[in-house]
Amino acid sequence: MQPILSASTLSPWEPGIFALVVYGLMVMGLVALLLFFASWLGEKKSNPEKLRPYESGVIPTGSARLRYPVPFYMVAIFFLIFDVEAAYIFAWAVSYDGLGWAGWLQISFFIFVLILGLVYIWKKGGLEWGPTAKTD
Amino acid sequence: MAAAWNSLVNVLGPDLTRIVIGLVGVLGLVQINALFLVWLERKVAAHIQLRIGPKEVGPFGILQTIVDGVKLVSKELITPRHVDRKLYMLAPVAIFLPVLLSFVVIPFSETLQIRDINVGLLIIFAFSTFNVLAILMGGWASNNKYSLLGAVRSVAQNVAYEIPLLLSLLSVLLWCNSLQMSEIVESQSRVWNVFWMPIAALIYLICATAETNRAPFDIPEAESELVAGFHTEYSGMRFALFFLAEYSNMLIVAAVATTLFFGGWKSPPFLGFLPVPGLVWFFLKTYALIFGVIWIRWTFPRLRFDQLMNFCWKIMIPAALLHLVVYAGIIKFIR
Repeated sequence: MQPILSASTLSPWEPGIFALVVYGLMVMGLVALLLFFASWLGEKKSNPEKLRPYESGVIPTGSARLRYPVPFYMVAIFFLIFDVEAAYIFAWAVSYDGLGWAGWLQISFFIFVLILGLVYIWKKGGLEWGPTAKTD
Repeated sequence: MAAAWNSLVNVLGPDLTRIVIGLVGVLGLVQINALFLVWLERKVAAHIQLRIGPKEVGPFGILQTIVDGVKLVSKELITPRHVDRKLYMLAPVAIFLPVLLSFVVIPFSETLQIRDINVGLLIIFAFSTFNVLAILMGGWASNNKYSLLGAVRSVAQNVAYEIPLLLSLLSVLLWCNSLQMSEIVESQSRVWNVFWMPIAALIYLICATAETNRAPFDIPEAESELVAGFHTEYSGMRFALFFLAEYSNMLIVAAVATTLFFGGWKSPPFLGFLPVPGLVWFFLKTYALIFGVIWIRWTFPRLRFDQLMNFCWKIMIPAALLHLVVYAGIIKFIR
């Protein structure tokens, strides 16, 4: 293990977090200015027809806060699992050169377990979309 | 001029000056890029469909999008009833902000890069994830069933395709041993990465197309079933911000692909004798990739949503994982 040089540490904030913040603030100011000009120059007449949600001319019925299908939640959960794993692999990849064949074997085992997990949710029907034929 | 420059640097410091100048440049680039891409897309689409496309305003209709932009600014900003006002107003800003921030680390040429952060690659993908939040904000706040459906689909699609995208980037990281954009470009001066890792490049390009919601993956905005997807209720300048963000996103993913896989601002090795500046090469490659993406849009039909998700979870993710293991082994074997 050699000591970590400050010039090569993985930090985005070394010289210029302040500059990045200023950049962000300037962008925000600019977008605010754009929207201000648009609201100032644009028309300002409103009527009930115009303020109604646009559903291709059909008058909307019921609440638009639909309960969406379960598979979307499943995708969100799978995403959490797999994305965290990807972040973990990133941490491994940064130091890959120093790890040798042992590092490769370990990550192979890790990814093998990950693929097993994918096969499991696949077989359990977690990746199925649309109406399932199994409903009674 | 030089005196003014020096006083500017003195007042703000070199760091801030760079940022301010960079921001002005990026804003110009974003606007011109969007104007050009909209025109290009309409023109290419027209010629693919044996039409002519815009031709009235300016030579070859190139000023058409400027006229459209002026029209958009002068339109009313409609805020429909029963929307969640705060989220509704915030969404266009939230989608536009991270797009501009991503440009901070993109190396346009050897010297033209706003900030060469040593985790540049991570920064880009950290900011590009905000996209999902903004889409969900806009879709939920709009109080419109089509918007909500579009937003939910879009979020599911974006998060799913992000996994193979990240996994394909790991090959570059393993090969170049760096997350810094300038070093990644530097390591490709002899052979472009695309020749070392064609599969990773292919996975990246497919996922990037899906991430930017382009056809054949444009289900969130499938106009034949969802009106306009998550931005159905937006009008005028707010709609324009969504649009700007979309086309700037295309530029970013193409620019990142250029940097990671196609040698960045380096000239092709056999054309090294030409006195063409790196900036020109960079934009040539980037727009060639974007042209490819447009071409794909007007060639392939839209997928169905379950096909889209199955393609990601059952093909792309296992392929990306296996490719990573094999590729890491190959690298270890060579070195």
